[in-house]
Amino acid sequence: MTAPLLEMTDLRIEFTDADGNRAEALRGVDLSVDSGEVLGIVGESGSGKSIAMMAFLQLLPRGARVTGSAKFRGEELIGMSSARIRKIRGKAIGCIFQDPLSAFNPVLRLGDQIAEAILLHDRSMSRRTALKEVERLFELVAIPQPAKRIRQYPHEFSGGMRQRAMIAMALANRPELVIADEPTTALDVTVQAQILDLLGDLRKELGIGLVMITHDLGVVAGIADRIAVMYGGRIVERGPTDPLFYNTAHPYTAGLIGAVPTLDGTGALRQIEGTPPSIFNRPPGCSFAPRCTVAQPVCHQTDPALRVTGATDSACHFPLTTVTPEVAE
Amino acid sequence: MLAYILRRLITIPFLLLGVASVSFLLSQMTKGDPLAALVPERMMSNPEVVAAVKAEWGLDQPLPVRYVVYLGKLVQGDLGTSFTTRRPVATDIAERLPATLELVVAAMIIGTVMGLALGLLSARFRGSVIDSVARIFALIGSSLPIFWSGLILLYLLSVRISLVPGTGRLPPRVDPPPHTTGFYTVDALIAGDVGLFVQALTHLALPAFVLGWAVTGVITRLVRSSLIEGLSMDYARTARAKGAAERRVLVGHALPNAMIPLLTILGFTFAYLITGAVLTEAIFAWPGIGSYAVRAAASLDYPAIGGVTIVGSIAFLLANLLTDIAYAWANPRIKVH
Repeated sequence: MTAPLLEMTDLRIEFTDADGNRAEALRGVDLSVDSGEVLGIVGESGSGKSIAMMAFLQLLPRGARVTGSAKFRGEELIGMSSARIRKIRGKAIGCIFQDPLSAFNPVLRLGDQIAEAILLHDRSMSRRTALKEVERLFELVAIPQPAKRIRQYPHEFSGGMRQRAMIAMALANRPELVIADEPTTALDVTVQAQILDLLGDLRKELGIGLVMITHDLGVVAGIADRIAVMYGGRIVERGPTDPLFYNTAHPYTAGLIGAVPTLDGTGALRQIEGTPPSIFNRPPGCSFAPRCTVAQPVCHQTDPALRVTGATDSACHFPLTTVTPEVAE
Repeated sequence: MLAYILRRLITIPFLLLGVASVSFLLSQMTKGDPLAALVPERMMSNPEVVAAVKAEWGLDQPLPVRYVVYLGKLVQGDLGTSFTTRRPVATDIAERLPATLELVVAAMIIGTVMGLALGLLSARFRGSVIDSVARIFALIGSSLPIFWSGLILLYLLSVRISLVPGTGRLPPRVDPPPHTTGFYTVDALIAGDVGLFVQALTHLALPAFVLGWAVTGVITRLVRSSLIEGLSMDYARTARAKGAAERRVLVGHALPNAMIPLLTILGFTFAYLITGAVLTEAIFAWPGIGSYAVRAAASLDYPAIGGVTIVGSIAFLLANLLTDIAYAWANPRIKVH
């Protein structure tokens, strides 16, 4: 078996704020993505899902200390020189960001912004050739009238079209891995579905690995091969998509699934009570224990390790797949 | 765009009417007596002389009449006759305006180039020694009073080491180049007189630097803070994710966004300096609008004061219009209708 495309081992991120308070935003994450695979990373704001990806691309703001390992095609990214990682960013790893209105430069033409992605990695190419290539990319992501569109500014695009342009930019250099950070969050539901279809089709067509970061389990349900659920800076459940939905082990995942509306509309949406813990003030035990409906005293004392619990891996003292009689009461 | 510019131009006469009226009324309300400038002191006791002078300058007319006469002449481009130079104010100003414009344009070029360079350097190396040096240089420029920095530099560079010539636009007894633009440097080049060009340029260098240094301070601070803000924006992260180096993010992405506030400040500063270069003009004996305005104010020369006010207002209005046009060009999100 070949090495995974991307392999993170015990990835940790520590921030120090202006007052010198230290906070661990990521507390040891192990994840891997294979070529052509779709990994969904699901979690609430502050769960660490986005910064895990930004960390190995070295896109975090100053003051973040990253430890652990993240290997891309076997090459260690953590601590890599900025000159070397620039050759990987935008070339072998493409990024799609949330809210493409602020993610694009408002005063530059979109065609030029996407052409820049190509030109940065191919110094010999002319701007004119790069713009032709952008037109081709716009056709690929189904943006009509590409020749006219490349001369327009971001504010002249609709939200959905902007996100398509963002996808075109991520694909500009035929990457092996694309990281999509909340790619559909800023969009209307119907447009969301179109963008998800487009991402799924392109991935199959181009055979790229895709990491989908989202707070919405529903977004990744149809597209991901595997899903990792994050909470409080770590992975609480990880596994292939189907078992994660049908043989859920972690109460938090179960809570998320309960919060997804169903098509037949039966039953009220369930919510997870409470709010996620502050990263400056984490409870000693399981981070989810204060909000967990089945928490026991031990949950507030020791943080459970991520281990095999049935069809998925989960970090829970009392995984739902192996319900103990006392919890079931 | 053309319709927008035309519409803006149409409003200018109305704004000028307001400016002219206010400046006229204000000057009438001052307690000073313009007769002091017009009549020699020993003649003041002679009522016939005073009455004759009043009649000659229209001072015997009631206020509303003087106002209408003033406006009527103004429309024809007649700014009145200066009490002190006894020449038409319009002629005085036309003679002096190019000197001020040459000084201000040169100062703006120096200030903009230095301000952009220092702003870029300090944003690129923020927190480093380069940042501190650039910011201190800018801070000194904008906080030192020009009458001090101008005098000190004049003393050091001209009197002590003779790096630059003294005051004025040209050495004494050197004839100015034939009048085309009124900018001695440009006119000398047009006339093909390189020697004269060098003389005009060296005379211009120090006052333009002193004035430009003050402008540098404002621009450096603005550029630096806009760039640092830009570097923290989402689009900067996107550029980094594309593989852009930090320098490229700064120049290719943050700088175009920083141009928007910069243009506003540049337009405003330019307009301000047309009448605000007073101190520089005074120290360097620069025969411009500013020194003319000071003399006019000191001698209660109402026509001259009014003339400078009108010209300054026109400069302000035009600079504002140009700023808005440039703003629409720099910011594609602005659509002018």
